[in-house]
Amino acid sequence: MNIVVCVKQVPDTATERKLRSDDKTLDRDAADGVINELCEYAVEEALRLKEAHGGEVTVLTMGPDRAADTIRKALAMGADKAVHLVDDALHGSDALGTSYALAQTLKKIGFDLVVLGSESTDARTGVLAAMLAERLGVPQLTFANKVEVNKEAIAVQRVTDYGYDRVEATLPAVVSVVEKINEPRYPSFKGIMAAKKKPVEKLGVADAGIDASQVGLANSWSEVADFATAPPRASGTIVKDEGDGGVKTADFLASKKFV
Amino acid sequence: MSEILVLVEHVEGQVKKVTLELLTLARSLGAPSAVWAGAGYSPDARAKLAEYGAEKVYVADSADIGDYVVAPKAELLARLVSEKSPAAVLVAATAEAKEIAGRLAIKIDSGVLTDVVGVQDGMVAEQPIFGGGVNVRSRVTKGTPIVAVRPNSTPIEAATGAGAEEQVSVTLSDAAKAARIVERVKEAKGARPELTEAAIVVSGGRGVGSAENFAIIEKLADSLGAAVGASRAATDVGWYPHQFQIGQTGKTVSPQLYIAAGISGAIQHRAGMQTAKTIVAINKDAEAPIFELADFGVVGDLNQVVPQLTDEVTKRK
Ligand SMILES: Cc1cc2nc3c(=O)[nH]c(=O)nc-3n(C[C@H](O)[C@H](O)[C@H](O)COP(=O)(O)OP(=O)(O)OC[C@H]3O[C@@H](n4cnc5c(N)ncnc54)[C@H](O)[C@@H]3O)c2cc1C
Ligand SMILES: Nc1ncnc2c1ncn2[C@@H]1O[C@H](COP(=O)(O)O)[C@@H](O)[C@H]1O
Repeated sequence: MNIVVCVKQVPDTATERKLRSDDKTLDRDAADGVINELCEYAVEEALRLKEAHGGEVTVLTMGPDRAADTIRKALAMGADKAVHLVDDALHGSDALGTSYALAQTLKKIGFDLVVLGSESTDARTGVLAAMLAERLGVPQLTFANKVEVNKEAIAVQRVTDYGYDRVEATLPAVVSVVEKINEPRYPSFKGIMAAKKKPVEKLGVADAGIDASQVGLANSWSEVADFATAPPRASGTIVKDEGDGGVKTADFLASKKFV
Repeated sequence: MSEILVLVEHVEGQVKKVTLELLTLARSLGAPSAVWAGAGYSPDARAKLAEYGAEKVYVADSADIGDYVVAPKAELLARLVSEKSPAAVLVAATAEAKEIAGRLAIKIDSGVLTDVVGVQDGMVAEQPIFGGGVNVRSRVTKGTPIVAVRPNSTPIEAATGAGAEEQVSVTLSDAAKAARIVERVKEAKGARPELTEAAIVVSGGRGVGSAENFAIIEKLADSLGAAVGASRAATDVGWYPHQFQIGQTGKTVSPQLYIAAGISGAIQHRAGMQTAKTIVAINKDAEAPIFELADFGVVGDLNQVVPQLTDEVTKRK
C-alpha cells in the first residue's frame, strides 16, 4: 500500500505566536517550529498500516525551508521518504490554496491512502482533509479514532458528538485521525541516524503541476483586514475557601444570573 | 434583501440552538433562508425556523443525505447557491459543518472563514486565533462568502419570518456516496447538552482524582443544566472519555459560563476555553495559572467546594 502522510510544521504553542505586521500572515520566525501534534498521530497510524499490510510511507509537507526539521522527525519515526513542497509562490496560501497545492502534488506522486491530522494547532480550520477528498474525488474518512484496511476495503470509526459512526469505503481514500487513535512512537537513535539518509525530494510549484495563479497570499480566497491582540481579561475576585467557598461561588453565579 | 443560506443543525427532528443563533445573525445580514438536509423534518421544525426569522425553508429530507459522510450536504448547498445566488452561506462551526463548508468552498470556488464569532457590515468576520490571544477581522475575497460561526457567539432573538417551505429533490452524485455510514453508535451521555453548544460547561482535571469522583463534576453540571468537559490529564488516564476533552487537541468551547475544577490552566487547555464569557476556577493551588483568567476563583479543595456549590445551586433554584 502506498501511503502518503501530510505533515505540517506549526509554531510551538508553548511560545508566543504572532502575525506579521507587514502581510498579516503567520510569523514563522517568532516561534520555534514543531511538528503539528495531530500529525504525529497521522504518521504513527500510517506506520502501523504499513507494518500490517506492507507498502511504503511517504511524508508530504508544504512549507518553507525550515519545515525540513519536521520532515526529519517524521522520517526518524520510520517513514520511508519525503516530498517537500517548497516555493515562495506558496507563501500565505489559505486553506483552498493549500488543499489545491497538496492535491496537485498527490496526483503527481500517486497514493492509495492519504493520512492527515484532523486539525492543526495554528490554523485550526480542520477542513483540509475534507477539501483534499473533494479535490481528489476520493472517499472522505475523517475524524477517525480507528482505521481498518482489508485489501481494497477501508473502514473507520468517525468520532461524532454522540459517539461514533462506522464508515466504509474503498481505496484510494483520504483519512484524518484524532488524538488517542494511537500512541505515537518516539524516534529511536537508530531511526534518527537512518532519517539523515532517507530521500527527501524538493518540489517547486512548477514541478508539482501547480498553477501559480491558484496559490499564495495574493491569490487567496480570503484576506485578513486587520488584527489586534485580545485585551487581557479583567482580573477577577479570588477568595480562599474557609468552609464557605461553595456558597460564595453560588453568590457570584447568582450575581451574574446563572442561578 | 439578499438571501442568506443557513444550514440547519438538527438532532432527532429538533432544531438545535446554534441554528437559532445563526438565523438571528443572518437577519442582520439579509433575509435568512434555512436549509434542512436529512431526515426528521416536520411542521414543528418549520415553525421553529420561522419563529427565528427564516423567510424560506428549503427542505431536502430524503434519508440518503444522512447515509454518507459530509459530501451530500455540500452538494445540496452548492446546488442551492447556484440556483438562488445568496449573499452568504452560514453554517455552525462544528467539526462536521466545517467540513461541509470546506467541500462547498471548492465546489463553488469561494472563500471560507471558520470559527467566526461575529459578522459585521460588508461581511467582515471576527475570528479569535491562537486560542483567543489575537482577534482577526477577515473577509472573503472570491465567490460567495461561506462562514462557519461558533456556537454561543450570538444571543438568540425571535423575530417571525414567513417560513415559506420549498421542497428540494436531490439526486446524489456517485462521488457524494463514496463514504457510507453503515452504523451510528450512540454512547450514553444522559440528558446533558452537547459540549460545543452548551451555555454552561463544568470541567474537571487531574485534581478530580479518579473516574468515580467525576460524579461530583457531573452533579454540579446537572444542577446548572450544563455540559461536562475534561482536561487532557483527565482524559489521558481514562477518567473521562476523550470526546469531552477541551483544549488545543480537543474541543473548543465559548460558553456563557465555564467552571474549571482541579485544572491548572495550561496554555493548551486555555486554547479551548478562554473565549468563555465568564470563567470560574476552583483549585487548591493559589498560584495555578487558571486564576489569571478567572472572573471568580476559590482557592480550596474541590471535594469540599464543588458539592457545597451543587447544594447551593439546587437550593436556590
Ligand atoms: C501538544 C499538546 C497538546 C495538548 N492538548 C491539550 C488539550 O487539548 N487539552 C488539555 O486540557 N490539555 C492539553 N495538553 C496538556 C496540557 O499541557 C496540560 O498537561 C493539561 O491541560 C493539564 O491538565 P490538568 O490541568 O487537569 O492537570 P494539572 O496541570 O496536573 O493540574 C491539576 C490541578 O488540580 C489542582 N488540584 C489537585 N487536587 C485538587 C483538589 N483536591 N482540589 C482542587 N484542586 C486540586 C492542582 O493544584 C493543579 O493545579 C496538551 C499538551 C501538549 C504538549
Ligand atoms: N502545509 C501543509 N503541509 C502538509 N500537510 C498539511 C499542511 N497544512 C495542513 N496539513 C494537513 O492538514 C491537517 C489539518 O490542518 P488544518 O486544516 O490546517 O487544521 C494537518 O494535520 C496536516 O495533516
